[in-house]
Amino acid sequence: MSKASWEHYSHPADIGIRGFGPTKEQAFAQAALALTAIVAELQTVEPKTQIEISCPPPRLTATGAGAGQDQDDEFLFVDWLNAIIYQMATRQMLFSKFQVSIENNRLAAKAWGEKINVKKHSPAVEVKAATFADLKVKQNINGMWMVQCVVDV
Amino acid sequence: MYTDKLKKGAVCQWYIEPFDGMHVPVIIYADEKLIKTMDEKVFEQAVNVAKLPGIVKASYAMPDAHWGYGFPIGGVAGFDAEQGGVVSAGGVGFDISCGVRALRTGLTLSDIEPQKNRLADSLARRIPAGVGSRGKLKLSRQEMDEMLTGGAQWAVERGFGNRADLEHTEEHGRMIGAEPKYVSDHAKERQKDEVGTLGSGNHYLEVQKVTEIYDKNCAETFGLRQNDILLSIHCGSRGLGHQIATDFISKMVKAAQSHGIVLPERDLACAPIKSDVGQQYFGAMNCGMNCAVANRQMLTHLVRQVFADIAPSANLTVLYDVSHNTCKLEEHVVDGKPRKLYVHRKGATRAFGPGHPLLPADLRAVGQPVLIGGTMGTASYILVGTEKGMSLSLGSCCHGAGRAMSRTQATKKWHGRDVIRTLAEQGIIVRGVSVRGVAEEAPGAYKDVDEVVDATDQAELAKKVAKLEPLVCVKG
Repeated sequence: MSKASWEHYSHPADIGIRGFGPTKEQAFAQAALALTAIVAELQTVEPKTQIEISCPPPRLTATGAGAGQDQDDEFLFVDWLNAIIYQMATRQMLFSKFQVSIENNRLAAKAWGEKINVKKHSPAVEVKAATFADLKVKQNINGMWMVQCVVDV
Repeated sequence: MYTDKLKKGAVCQWYIEPFDGMHVPVIIYADEKLIKTMDEKVFEQAVNVAKLPGIVKASYAMPDAHWGYGFPIGGVAGFDAEQGGVVSAGGVGFDISCGVRALRTGLTLSDIEPQKNRLADSLARRIPAGVGSRGKLKLSRQEMDEMLTGGAQWAVERGFGNRADLEHTEEHGRMIGAEPKYVSDHAKERQKDEVGTLGSGNHYLEVQKVTEIYDKNCAETFGLRQNDILLSIHCGSRGLGHQIATDFISKMVKAAQSHGIVLPERDLACAPIKSDVGQQYFGAMNCGMNCAVANRQMLTHLVRQVFADIAPSANLTVLYDVSHNTCKLEEHVVDGKPRKLYVHRKGATRAFGPGHPLLPADLRAVGQPVLIGGTMGTASYILVGTEKGMSLSLGSCCHGAGRAMSRTQATKKWHGRDVIRTLAEQGIIVRGVSVRGVAEEAPGAYKDVDEVVDATDQAELAKKVAKLEPLVCVKG
């Protein structure tokens, strides 16, 4: 697999989301599509309105096991998904296009979407939060990025 | 590796002796069949909880336990602040104070049967439910803070119900110790349009009939007779609670590290009770609990309006209101001495036995009503707390059926329209905003609630009082 893509995977209580991409940023954007797809069919959501989403660096003080860039990436990924969940809830919007940039662990993104319309989108379920369960941000030996976690619905 | 360590105890009781850093044993309540099908992850997560600082007595798992985030769903654990005990955002979960409120209607089956369809339509139309639904009431920031400290009492003072409703709600509908200043602006913003909404997923409104009475004396005290009609509300603290959990799980992962607490899973996020983050979370989480009971109070008001139109002879009174994702400061007897414990119940219901001082006077002689929700097609149960349960499980029992299958598997296996048709053939009317949402909540995706309740009864965590079967189910 060399192109950007996303998928859902099974988890006993809820649902897992996974994004792949040639860059970390693209993998983050793909996972965001997987997040929307929990709520509604992506092709029903038109990218009419653009909003900005940003996440500050996770500011970890940790020095113990798991500390370092890996953990920063993972925190940033959870923060990113939770920032989208917040925007979906408070603007009552769904998003179908994302553009992500990450610099010094600071994330800045554009998201395109539209207001939720029950008839048009037939939304299935609200997303409560992204969790730390099954959380991974990894680059494989071919350079492809894979990001994933379980989402509570 | 955890299954090997499981030993059989008393009836419906299993345990894992402390090993490898566990401060207390794990105790699981289940019958042979439930324990065999229980995910090994439950044992692993219960063992992880047993390793947290300041845990007292045991790390418990209820018969409906399944894999959760950090804590198992169906997990119960009490911590002592004086012994370095922790409070855990992961141990409460993302839907703070999610719970069940059951209302008696004063109607019987024959009153409601001819009105079933109208009632279903009206409930579906008038109760805001599903993704993107908004409540009618918009709160200013000051009103929001009043709601977060006042809970259901605040809602009643605003005209959404009556004093008697509060008597039969845990803590009289208001948790003390709520500190709105520790609830983020994001959490308050998320709640702005969601006051008085049902939500989605496994949340529901259900019209139910009493089909079996197991304990006549207790049922009488609860005001229940064969063929009585009840209305049950299952929902929680909405966006506010989800955001409080999100905010504090992240803070507590960092806090645990700085306090030298090893977290085998990051969702086990916790902080010492006697720490800034611990105190802030407790203050915010109490706001979440108040938000949830206020919300169920507002929904009660809306449901009463619907009944007033469709069945004017109905008189809706609160049987009881229980929350099953909580952390409460309670007094429990440990080794013969009373101790204050921070009791976490994640997907577990409080079940206080007879004589408990926190019970309302009219229920104190028999014990606390315990409301167990089933799924769309299956039974719900009303149980009562036992004296024995106080020492067996810190006065706790199961909360529902518990998922047996993931949402993705459920949608592959069933289609929402088929689920609705099959249930209609059984006389159960389902109204759902989303067809896929209905498929994800198909009855077959859950454990057998009858088995879960029987194991709870046999273990004497709580005793069966009445069985309820659904007539109408409204899903978000």
